[in-house]
Formats: sequence, structure tokens, C-alpha cells
Amino acid sequence: MTSGIDVEPLAEDALLLRFGATIDAALNAQVHAAAVRLRAHLPTVECTPAYASLLLRFDPAEWSRDDDEPPLRRVREAALALLEGAASVDEQPRSVDIPVLYGGPAGPDLAAVSAHSGLSIEEVITRHTAATYSVAMLGFAPGFPYLLGLDPALAMPRRADPRLSVPAGSVAIGGVQTGIYPEALPGGWQLIGRTPLRLFDVQAPSPSLLRPGDRVRFHAIDEAAFQRLIDTPGAVR
Amino acid sequence: MSVRVLKPGLLTSLQDSGRPGHAALGVGRAGAIDGPAWRLANALVGNAGDEAALEFTLVGPVLRFEHATVIALTGAPVEARVGGQSVPGWTCCALPARSELQLGGMRQGCRGYLAVRGGFAVEPVLGSRSTDLHARLGPLHGRALQAGDRLSVGEHAKWRALRATHAPVHLPWGLDPQPWFDFAHAPLALMRGHHFDQMDDESRRALFKAWFTVSKDSNRTASRLEGQRLQLQQPLELISEAALPGTMQLPPSGQPIVLQAEAPVTGGYPRIGQLAAVDLARLAQRKPSDAVCFQPTTLEQASERLLRRQQRLQRLLRDIAQRLEDA
Repeated sequence: MTSGIDVEPLAEDALLLRFGATIDAALNAQVHAAAVRLRAHLPTVECTPAYASLLLRFDPAEWSRDDDEPPLRRVREAALALLEGAASVDEQPRSVDIPVLYGGPAGPDLAAVSAHSGLSIEEVITRHTAATYSVAMLGFAPGFPYLLGLDPALAMPRRADPRLSVPAGSVAIGGVQTGIYPEALPGGWQLIGRTPLRLFDVQAPSPSLLRPGDRVRFHAIDEAAFQRLIDTPGAVR
Repeated sequence: MSVRVLKPGLLTSLQDSGRPGHAALGVGRAGAIDGPAWRLANALVGNAGDEAALEFTLVGPVLRFEHATVIALTGAPVEARVGGQSVPGWTCCALPARSELQLGGMRQGCRGYLAVRGGFAVEPVLGSRSTDLHARLGPLHGRALQAGDRLSVGEHAKWRALRATHAPVHLPWGLDPQPWFDFAHAPLALMRGHHFDQMDDESRRALFKAWFTVSKDSNRTASRLEGQRLQLQQPLELISEAALPGTMQLPPSGQPIVLQAEAPVTGGYPRIGQLAAVDLARLAQRKPSDAVCFQPTTLEQASERLLRRQQRLQRLLRDIAQRLEDA
């Protein structure tokens, strides 16, 4: 697994492992497999996956010994040794099913996506719910998933005029990706629907509904189901 | 024990050492932007380590202490008064009950710290009491202080060092801020970033020769610099990678941005440099329109300086604890 890894020392306490330079599901899966392996064996190193790279952050004081070997080199060698010859994926990814109310006020850009793709609204929903997505990384805001696996026919550039506030739970398309806004945030992605699920809750034992590497599927629900779920205390908003 | 916020100042927030360990979920570290100043403020009031303190910006808050409280001020020099009496920085002061502490503007620097004995008692969020203003996470639902806020002060074991009755009193000694605050505006040490060589010749030269000024759009997320426009030989299409404090990015505007304590967890701009960790707080202390210039360094030199500073800080923390114990 180490053959294709480019290691860049970034800072006194950080290394970047780069697996490639493209947005690609197979490459991204390699990143998550490496993160799982490193976390299991190097608990004091914080691993932050992105599309094709993995950031390792550590406390230099914790990694320095009496000899003169710099902590950066020590972490680099420990990480590469662990990734050497490791199987590509050690564990099955988790699967998360996400209910979505498509269109109407919940998805004000659904008609625009339909027009842009030349597909009917029904067909857009069918294709969006047919795919299995993978969480490439979380970023932009706590719990915001960048999902790979969008049907290329649904790809659409971001809005020319980003919204100042996008409602929490909005499911959106930005370029070849789809994502979900965990909180009310400014945003330029095309909004096609909304989930009643709460994506990020600091009080929960596991604050983010989604984790890097998870598999995600969407299913369409109607207004009544949306209201029922949103009014249910606990896992929902 | 509580403190009432009469005026919040320009931007005042609760901060500790930050919230590591959640970047993979999109949660940044945040935390005090001038780590050593924050840590020394806590040490001066006898706090053990990671207690939350106030970080204030350019103009400090006005606070009313309902009970007798022991405080310390560090960071940028700031005018501080209780009634007619001035309160010195970089030492430990005891304030009598019902003191009204007025912090003024800063002549030099732009971030100050106020620690209280026992720390500010707020619930940790994801293991930290730091405020992430951008993500709206942390104490006070992740917002800055507002007039009318009431902050509780934590309990603290027995304390012999100082007791105020009618007027503020402070210890007969204080710290020399010199090693911890950059009065001279020295050049900041910068390592070349991954995309440094992708800049054109003139920009590569300018980065280590030209003077930049700190933009008024700077905040806890990033120090934005203005001055000579830097450019790439040709535009780069990059995919997002994890980001971290100290990274100097070059957005299409040509004006470099140095990420700070509230750095987003991912970023997609070319990375032309990485500021030495020991100089990051120095940059954060430059106020809008202050001048900045950079000198080249290597990762080895930067790591060595960081290690030495850590050792100096640890020695000083031990000395302070010992002197408070002896008092």
C-alpha cells in the first residue's frame, strides 16, 4: 500500500500522506483504510482524511526521545511501516440510510436540476435515490459530508449567487458531489430536498451521524413522514 | 462566584487549549490564538492547566466581579483599571468583591488574556471549553461575550498568595513579557510550502523581500495579508486537503492568507508557505495595518525553536507554581 504514497512534512507537528491527486472513490477508500489502520495502532496521532490524502497531526513532545531522531521522522516511519503491505480495506464500511423530502420548499432547486439535466423531476429523484454514496470527507462545517457517487447526469455547477442561509438538513448537489447541510449555513449548492435527521449533535455520544468512509443511501419520503420524523425527539432534529 | 459582563469589548471569547481529535468530523481545534500568553495567564492565578480564560481583541471588556477574585492579564499590553487604580499585566492581582474591571484599548498587539483563579466554569463541548466562533461550537453556544452575560468561576483549592480587602493588590513580582510578546515586530520565519515553486519568479522573490500589512478582514480563522500581489505561473486545479494553522494559502486574489487557530479542517487553495509554529502567535498579535515580513526557515530549524520554547515555557510554569506556593 505504501508504494504510491507521497509523504509531505507540512509543519512541526504534521505530515500529509498523499495517495493521489484526483477525486476518485477507489482512491478515497484507500485513504479511509489507511486512517482506520493508523488510528488503531497510533492512537496519539490524529488522522484527518480528505479525498486523496490523509493528514497526521501529533504532539512533537510526545514523540521525541533521547536520541536525536526528529519526531517528524519517527511518526513518518511508524506510519509507513503500518501501511506497508496492509490489505486495502480491513473492515466493512457502515451503511446509513437517509430519508429525504424532495422538491417543494424543502428542495427549491430541484426544478433547476431537472432542467439542467434534461431529466424529469421524478427521474432526478429516482437517480438520486438509486446510487450508493461514500463519505469522502467531512468539512466546511461540523458534520458536513462530501459524498461521492452522484449519477453524473445529475451533476450541476454551484449557484452563481450563494444563499446566505441554507436550512439545516438540506440535501444538495455541488458539481459532481452531493452533500447535506448539518446546520443553517451559508451555501452555494443546489438544494434538492431536506432530511429530518439531525446530522450533528454535540450532546450525542457519537456527535456526527456520518463518518468518513461510511456508505450512504437516500430514500424519498412524503411531507407527513417528514413531519412525523422531525417531531420525534431523540435522533431527529 | 460569578462575573457579569457590562461591556463585551470588541470581540471577547472563552478559550482553552483547543479541541483536538475531531477534525475528521469537520470540527476544528479553535483554542487560544496566543497559546503561551493564555497558558501563562492561567499559571499566574495558580490554575493547573487547561482552564478557560477570556481572549479579548483590540478593546477589552468591562467586567463586574461579584465576589473577591484573583485574576491575571497577559498578551498584548492593555490599560486596566479598577476604580482609580491601575491593574498591572503579567502578574497576579486580587480584586475585592464588587470590583468593576475596565479594560481599554491596546497600543500594541491585538489579543489579550484574562484568567481567573479556578477558571471560568462552563461545560466542555466535545472535551473543550474553547469557543469556535465560525462553527458556533463551545461555551455560550459558540458566540462571543455579550453585555449582560454572567460567567461562573470555578472552585479552587486553598490559596494563600494574595487577598484583597478594599482595593486591588498584586504580587510584588511579575513576568517579563519580552520573550512572549513581540514588541519589535521581528521578521516571521516561514517554510516554503508545497506550491511555492509554482509561483512566478517575481512572486517567489517578493514573498521573502516585500513588506505586507495585516488586513482588517483578519480574524481568528486567518490573518489576511495585503501588499504585493503574488501569483502562480499558471492556475492550479487542486482538490481539497486537510488544512492546519500556520498554512499560508494563495487565493486567486493574490493576497496571501495565513490560517490561524480557527482554521477550517479542509482547504483547496495552493499552499505557498507554512509559518513556524513559534511565530504564529506573533502574527496573530499584529493588528490591522501593522507591517509583516518573512524570512526563510527550514522545518528542522522551526522544530528546534518550538522545542526550545516548550522547554522555556515548562521551566517558567514550574517557577511560577513554586513562587505562588512560597508566597
